Amino acid sequence: MTTQETQEQTPVAPAVGVNGPVSISLPTDIREETSERTSEEEMIALETKSLDMYYGDHKALEDINMRLAAKKIIAIIGPSGCGKSTLLRVFNRMNELIPGARIEGQVLFNGQDLYDPSVDATEVRFRVGMVFQKPNPFPKSIYDNVAFGARINGYKGDMDELVERSLIGAGLWEEVKDRLKTNAQDLSGGQQQRLCIARAIAVEPEVILMDEPCSALDPAATLKIEDLMQEIVSDYTILIVTHNMQQAARVSDYSAFMSTEGGGKPGKLIEFGPKDEIFTNPKDQRTQDYITGRFG
Amino acid sequence: MTIEQPKTRVGFEHDLQDLQDNLLALGSMVEKAVVKSLEALKQQDIGLARRVVQEDNLINEQRFAIEEKCIHLLATQQPMAIDLRTIVAVLQMAVDLERMGDHAEGIGRITILIGDQPLIKPLVDIPRMATLALDMLRRSLDAFLERDIEKAKQVCIDDDEVDDLHDQVYNELLTYMLRDPRNITQATYLTWVAHNLERIADRCTNICEQVVFVETGRREQLGASKY
Repeated sequence: MTTQETQEQTPVAPAVGVNGPVSISLPTDIREETSERTSEEEMIALETKSLDMYYGDHKALEDINMRLAAKKIIAIIGPSGCGKSTLLRVFNRMNELIPGARIEGQVLFNGQDLYDPSVDATEVRFRVGMVFQKPNPFPKSIYDNVAFGARINGYKGDMDELVERSLIGAGLWEEVKDRLKTNAQDLSGGQQQRLCIARAIAVEPEVILMDEPCSALDPAATLKIEDLMQEIVSDYTILIVTHNMQQAARVSDYSAFMSTEGGGKPGKLIEFGPKDEIFTNPKDQRTQDYITGRFG
Repeated sequence: MTIEQPKTRVGFEHDLQDLQDNLLALGSMVEKAVVKSLEALKQQDIGLARRVVQEDNLINEQRFAIEEKCIHLLATQQPMAIDLRTIVAVLQMAVDLERMGDHAEGIGRITILIGDQPLIKPLVDIPRMATLALDMLRRSLDAFLERDIEKAKQVCIDDDEVDDLHDQVYNELLTYMLRDPRNITQATYLTWVAHNLERIADRCTNICEQVVFVETGRREQLGASKY
């Protein structure tokens, strides 16, 4: 389906969102997009076509072509500076906050061009949530952190219920239910990160982007986040950037290996496929060298 | 311009090489055990047969040492891709080699059972089976060392010849049993020897399947044994 056709079928609507997550112009039912599948059972949530990404004159990504199945965990691995986080931010238009950043090619979300001028970047970020490397709760109560996004949207439903549901979804409810009014920054690092996931879940996104979500956490907290990812993937498409290959091997359904030919060169997608293939029998020698730890 | 990066995981590379050397050493121990067991049978050398039986412990220990190293590498190095496949393959090959050692031990025990009774027939096809099986063993380990899939596949094709010889030996020994019931005990012992040799050859095809797995990631049944 072309972008133009999609727009005709789903006219642009203002983001009012009075009784629920903000309504936006992107198609909501991915099952309608039956033409986009990786296999008979899998629908495509996100897709890039000949994607190049620039920061000013610097080309950061080159010719990225990926089709990301919905409700799966997709891990992006690769050496530092290969553009993993840049690619992640392409999917919720976060790069636009950097002056001079632009893309060429297409990024499709449920089949529609994410960068079409008619699509509001803020709306995109509600539908495509993000969890960062360091837990970044607001200096507010646990409750207010989770309620934050919904309040901005003018959510008129039962806020207590939304907060509870989101904290349960993030596996944090039992630990914090008796102290919802305490400052979120009093939580442990692992709890803060799960709170950030609860905050992301509260606006009911379709996709959650995670940029090294466990790099600041100890092994126990890391495993909790990984368990959580496995639990919530039935409702969300999850993209995770990680330097921890064992983590990618443990949690992902699909893995992408990115690399660059050297300092200053654009990042490229070298290999993308089911994680079992990537970690036990990669097709590309560069993937093999990276995941076996041979860079020479 | 591609930036040259320093070679990494030198220690791990060394450990993997070490593991392969240990496997080849196990292969060599097994080869010697088979040679000795056949020599003991042909010469009816009970002392040599007893040594083959005793020395099987050394083969078992070598297998366990290899398994320990594999487990250690899996636990500490988190190997991926070809490294992972190599370690998993070595684990399985060590088991196959150790079992071949058991077959040699079995031949030694049969030799002890036969004792100094005169052989009911001159041994012709059994030594031929042993020669073929030993050749398959050497070539299967070479195929692993050289990661040579074609060589591995040829070994599996040659297994048919050992199977045919096994049939021949079995049929011949049956005629000896039919001719004179007093031959039955020794003829049965000798069919066991042939069976042990056939098993050794068959386990060589398992090693060859591991060579294909290490190189391609594919699991293939290369040689379907008749037995």
